[in-house]
Amino acid sequence: MDLALVVVIQVLYGIASLVIVSAGLAVIFGMMKVINLAHGEFLMLGGYSVVMAVQFGINLWIAIFIVAPIAVGLVGIVLERLVIRRLYGRMVDTMLATWGLSLLLIGIVTSVFGNTTAGISTPLGNFAIGGYSVSVYTLLIIAVAIVLGLALRGVLTKTQFGLIARGTMQNPAMADALGISPSKVYSATFAVGAALSGLAGGLLAPLTGVVPTMGAAFVAKAFITVIGGGPAILTGLASASGFFGAINQVATFLSTPVFGEVALLLAAIVMLRLLPQGITGRFFKGSL
Amino acid sequence: MTLTGFTTSWKSAAVTLALGIVLLAALPSVLDDYTLLQMTIYLVMSVLAVSLGFIWGYSGILCFGQAAFFGLGAYTYAIAVVNMNDSTVPLLLSIVVPALFAAVLGYVIFYGRLSDVYMGVITLTVTLILFNMINSTAGPEWKIGNAPLGGFNGIPAIPPLNWPGNIDETITPRGMFNLSFGVLLAVYAGLRWLIASRIGHVIIAIKENEQRAQLLGYDARAYKLFAFTLGGAIAGLAGCLFANWGAFTSPTIFGLAQSAQIIIWVIVGGLGTLVGPVVGCMLIQWLTTQIGTQQTFNSNLVLGAILVVFVLLVPRGLVPSLGDLLARLFRRRPVEPAEPVGRVEEGRA
Repeated sequence: MDLALVVVIQVLYGIASLVIVSAGLAVIFGMMKVINLAHGEFLMLGGYSVVMAVQFGINLWIAIFIVAPIAVGLVGIVLERLVIRRLYGRMVDTMLATWGLSLLLIGIVTSVFGNTTAGISTPLGNFAIGGYSVSVYTLLIIAVAIVLGLALRGVLTKTQFGLIARGTMQNPAMADALGISPSKVYSATFAVGAALSGLAGGLLAPLTGVVPTMGAAFVAKAFITVIGGGPAILTGLASASGFFGAINQVATFLSTPVFGEVALLLAAIVMLRLLPQGITGRFFKGSL
Repeated sequence: MTLTGFTTSWKSAAVTLALGIVLLAALPSVLDDYTLLQMTIYLVMSVLAVSLGFIWGYSGILCFGQAAFFGLGAYTYAIAVVNMNDSTVPLLLSIVVPALFAAVLGYVIFYGRLSDVYMGVITLTVTLILFNMINSTAGPEWKIGNAPLGGFNGIPAIPPLNWPGNIDETITPRGMFNLSFGVLLAVYAGLRWLIASRIGHVIIAIKENEQRAQLLGYDARAYKLFAFTLGGAIAGLAGCLFANWGAFTSPTIFGLAQSAQIIIWVIVGGLGTLVGPVVGCMLIQWLTTQIGTQQTFNSNLVLGAILVVFVLLVPRGLVPSLGDLLARLFRRRPVEPAEPVGRVEEGRA
């Protein structure tokens, strides 16, 4: 019984961390159809901003929930201005340019901080379920994932910005004619996506530690989650995270973490072959 | 003759091959052993660059995982030669295994009619799977026959190629240079021949307009699969040469950094040419070696900056842009037609 509960928590945690890691990418790819291969490095920058902020004596929670998203959001705005903006509509070129950005960011961070792991200890301690010990931080990640999903949904459906953003993505020319500047909307959407990635990196920092090359571990997972999810941003994110996260954790539980990753990636390839439009291309059509 | 006319004619292939053969004959007597060894790795990587240059530039398939076939070729050779001693069969296997792997992967992608984006993501994912798997096989329980996989430590002391049937007669470093150069020229000649053939024309037609080619009755999926498999085979051969060059192979050759490098070579050198990727590969490799000798700039930083700048400002790459520049320079000057063609050969051949 205790073991079952622990496994359930681990599976939920696996799903939640996929949601958190992929949310920024889901916004950028889902809304703007921009493939951001520097997504992993946005996470890495989020992680570094938390570590730096804590070293400067800022409270850990302020660092995670405020400093990291703002810092990476600003980086996102700058990069959108300098690079991404010139490549809208050219998907393959965007992939290549953002891959270049990814290498560039790794290079800059390595030059500044060196190629070593900087870490902060996991806060909140543990609690016991029978004979097992579970980190409270795990539960926090699950809670944040739920709040994040609901908040995104709220912003996209209930606010003026969400409406404008969705309208612009659907028909930029029409939005332009109605007096909305599409380039400002793109810029803002990219910044929001980058900020979400920063938040994700900040949340992961106490768990994984930060190294300049940490992004590579997440970018493929985030990608297949978003692409496996299909056209509906939020439903896709939730369903793909649920599917892949569960497979990852169950395979990890049965063998090793490495094969958990491999099982996740293999499942993604098989799924893309069977459902080329992603989960929401077949099921839950018309949802957001 | 126009520039495009020239670069697709047999004359440019002949000029490039003649130049290559002269270099192949002359360099070993001019250069010392150390420089030759350096040149050899440039040549091996050039074969890899040409494999991606072909499938990306001529059939429009952007493979983010060309390093997977390269690594598979290196590992196949290493594992097979440790088990078999004689290197003839391992050499063949290092071409066949990656080709089969590419064929299966290509079947999933092309016959599933997955788009460019999925193509990129799947090839990237497969590379990561291979990297993760090989990386975790460090323990003594992971071995194929007599060959331990070595995990993140890689496989050291790989026996070199030998003359078929005679294990004692192994290849020398100078022989390695000749072989690598020979392979590069043969691959170049073979691909030029393929591109000029009917199959090659269909492959290019599919890249230009897939729907139109299909309406004309060509099965785009089959042609793309063929090109992709061929690219995998060439990359595997390059992997085998790589394993021979350093007598060592490790999981980093499956890594994302390696895949990114191959793409940078091709995009810097120029898409849609076969000489471009070689030029790009040599330049970038030389540059990375130079970066390695100083501490100020990190190689990721420089490579990343180069990739961004080329995508934004020189999207066609050096060789085609240079060719255009030369053509424009000479068009302004009223000289006999023979003169500009001669000049263009230097820049674009």
